[in-house]
Amino acid sequence: MSVVVRIPTPLRKLTGNQGEVREEGGTVREILDGLESHYPGIRERLTDEAGELRRFINIYLNEEDIRFAEGLDTKVKAGDEVSIIPAIAGGAR
Amino acid sequence: MTEEQIERYSRHILLPEVGGKGQISLLSSRVLIIGAGGLGSPAALYLAAAGVGTIGLVDMDVVDLSNLQRQILHGTPDVDHPKVLSGKEKIEALNPDVKVETYPFALTAANARDVVSGYDVILDGTDNFPAKFLINDLAVLSGKPLVHGGILRFVGQVLTIRPGESACYRCLFREPPPAGAVPSCSEAGVLGVIAGVIGTIQATEVLKLLLGKGDLLTNRLLTYDALTVAFRNVAVRKNPKCPVCGDHPVITELIDYEQTVCTTPGV
Repeated sequence: MSVVVRIPTPLRKLTGNQGEVREEGGTVREILDGLESHYPGIRERLTDEAGELRRFINIYLNEEDIRFAEGLDTKVKAGDEVSIIPAIAGGAR
Repeated sequence: MTEEQIERYSRHILLPEVGGKGQISLLSSRVLIIGAGGLGSPAALYLAAAGVGTIGLVDMDVVDLSNLQRQILHGTPDVDHPKVLSGKEKIEALNPDVKVETYPFALTAANARDVVSGYDVILDGTDNFPAKFLINDLAVLSGKPLVHGGILRFVGQVLTIRPGESACYRCLFREPPPAGAVPSCSEAGVLGVIAGVIGTIQATEVLKLLLGKGDLLTNRLLTYDALTVAFRNVAVRKNPKCPVCGDHPVITELIDYEQTVCTTPGV
């Protein structure tokens, strides 16, 4: 299944400045595997040593948080959009 | 309202959603703006123009030349002056109906509850995660609505939090990232006008909260990407396991995170 993955600004250095990339896979986990194979280093930014999603990163399948579905095992289908949304903090200084 | 006030706020009064009654309620409202910088500047100016009766400004910093690219509450003659004083001057010049309370220090676990008491709504215009989590917990523990905002490079986020009713910032992101995991604006840069877009959306949410009108950005995070002109909403749910607003909260007092800002190279 080919899905669109939206890459947040802080991670675009790893994707050659692309804000959207296409990946193949049947689950969010497989999509992340695809991302890592094309853009090495991206996985450790998203998941911890145990393979869990980092606490300041959320992944959305279309507009729903995968945490409320089946997490990284959430199934994706062609045409879906996967968005990676990290916490951002700027504002004052 | 005086004749002058009726004229000043005439474009509000014409709106059925505001009207004379709404305007009078704005004039007696109190909004605490934490951070008189990129987000706090446009928010403070629009809320002052709107006739919010009392605006509290919390900021420990003085104006730096590098702030002026986006912090429109301050001008070149204000460099080296405390931001809260510079902000107070601008607000009072814009609208003498507004009373400005200044807090020229950092918000901490020790002083936050005192500072927030008496305010109706909190607007988060801070630039670092420890402050954002402290402010979220403050909102939840004091039961005050909060409008959260964050900006970086070309993107911004807004989330409105009604404690007890809607998801809080910790439902979305459980804890601050370790230092260096996410770059800050001073490391990564920010397009100045993003602060304007996000800060004014925050001010809009504050006005809707005060007026009790419209649909709030509760239970959804708004993200804006200036480069693609994409506004997106993603669903956020109240997390029953949230450490501060969940069914069995483990955070029952405010916490100061020991994390210095802007200490690591950008990503």
